[in-house]
Amino acid sequence: MDKIPILRMGPFLLVTIQVDLYDRLALNLETDLVNMVHKTGARGVLIDISAVSIVDSFMGRILGNIASMTRVLDAETVVVGMQPAVAITLIELGLSLSGVYTALDVERGMALLQTKIGSDDELIDDDADHTE
Amino acid sequence: MLITLSKDSIAITREQDVVPLRNRVKEVAVKIGMGLVNQTKLITAASELVRNMLRYAGTGNVLIEVVSRGRDTGVRLTFSDKGPGIADINLAMQDGYSTGKSLGLGLPGTKRLVNEFSIQSVVGQGTTVTILKWKNG
Amino acid sequence: MTNSVAQFLKKNKDRLLDTWTQKQLASDTLRDDLMSNDELRLQSEELVNLLVKTVNDENINQIESSRFDELFELLSGISMSRARQGFSPRETGLYIFSLKDAIFDLLQQDLSSDPVQLFEISLKFNRLLDSFGVVTFETFIKGREEVIFRQTEEISDISTPVIQVWDGILALPIIGTLDSARTQVVMESLLQKIVDTGSSIAILDISGVPAVDSLVAQHLIKTVSATRLMGADCIISGIRPEIAQTVVHLGIDLSNIITKATLASALKHAFNMNKLTVKRAEPEKKFL
Repeated sequence: MDKIPILRMGPFLLVTIQVDLYDRLALNLETDLVNMVHKTGARGVLIDISAVSIVDSFMGRILGNIASMTRVLDAETVVVGMQPAVAITLIELGLSLSGVYTALDVERGMALLQTKIGSDDELIDDDADHTE
Repeated sequence: MLITLSKDSIAITREQDVVPLRNRVKEVAVKIGMGLVNQTKLITAASELVRNMLRYAGTGNVLIEVVSRGRDTGVRLTFSDKGPGIADINLAMQDGYSTGKSLGLGLPGTKRLVNEFSIQSVVGQGTTVTILKWKNG
Repeated sequence: MTNSVAQFLKKNKDRLLDTWTQKQLASDTLRDDLMSNDELRLQSEELVNLLVKTVNDENINQIESSRFDELFELLSGISMSRARQGFSPRETGLYIFSLKDAIFDLLQQDLSSDPVQLFEISLKFNRLLDSFGVVTFETFIKGREEVIFRQTEEISDISTPVIQVWDGILALPIIGTLDSARTQVVMESLLQKIVDTGSSIAILDISGVPAVDSLVAQHLIKTVSATRLMGADCIISGIRPEIAQTVVHLGIDLSNIITKATLASALKHAFNMNKLTVKRAEPEKKFL
């Protein structure tokens, strides 16, 4: 069975989808990612779909699920590099992935994750200051 | 008058078959010069319908045709299965309705992606869904 | 004395062409500015030749038969080229109907002594030329439609310019009504430009959109959502007071979208988002 590799980069996990997705493969990715976030305590997940030419309602739902599931595990998910044609199709289909963060490319996705986590840390610091 | 210019058929028996189907549809769409966005919409629609077919009927067949009407050229896909059929088509076509555990965007969402959409179903005998996407649709 | 259609045509071929050409040249719908008289004569000659070749007594009232294909093709060609050259429908119609006039003139001269025969043959020609007229009009309109179709495509292409107003900031002024075909073009060009330039903010300016109803609003929301899926932010600017009023009256929810009254304030907002400041340059200090 095909498997989509998950790379670890510091506090983040990076997934680059390079193959044509079918349902089973997408479901496996969901399971693998959630397990990996749990195991590594990663704070962010970056999914690069710039090589993906088709995202239908099922895969769209998987992306949304991954975002919600990792959020429960205290990690943010950013989907990066969506093709224009894929974005237009998803909107027409009625899926706006409102719970998922997006960015133009991996670099900006990383930056977005940094600020998300950074602002969390600041909050903790603020609290700490407050109690002193 | 709708004229069929070429015909091709692909059998769907398992989930992975959706990949060659997508490739075949893409090939045909590229050949007639369909734009990238319309290609993507058509292939996504096909992907949705194959999932329905696999989920409710298990197996089925997809007919890929290049058709023309007047100055338009397009791709027509016919999905036929011998599954349980759909009892209430109007209900199935409503946004948000689903008997399976999906979002219920399947049929109505698919309809929005293509230019023409028709569905025939007989309970106990099977379902046939036909979609058509024009090159410049 | 003429007693058959074929005979009449063969005998009078040259006279027919002359009479017809004269009629055309004498007509006040002659457009020698669009087509030279020589060219007109050549075109007419071709048509008369084919007419004489094709039509006989058996088939004159069977215009559906494939023998007429070539003739109708020529007629369509003439009509189509006239539509493109800018002839009016009246001028194109009269071109064919003057052929009818010419034929009737000659028939009258030939058959003045035999009114029964004259009536019969005239009736046959009348039907034939009426169908010529119909074909001419059909293709004339088709020709015009093609012109309109091409122009529509051109307009939709030129009317959606995506402008890079700053590093990382795009602006797209929409002018005219936003229907679903237009939205498609707008979305495609905007999203592609986002990829090409790596811009993270897009400003959609709707100052030039005459009215916003729920359908137009839906198209706008779609465009904004698609932009967001790509990972860029979208600001809608150029909202006139009456648009603000209709939007609220129609109960359209734009609360998830950043909206600004003017393109200038949208740009300012975009600068803020990108942490850019624009300030007046310090006056140069003069050293004495």
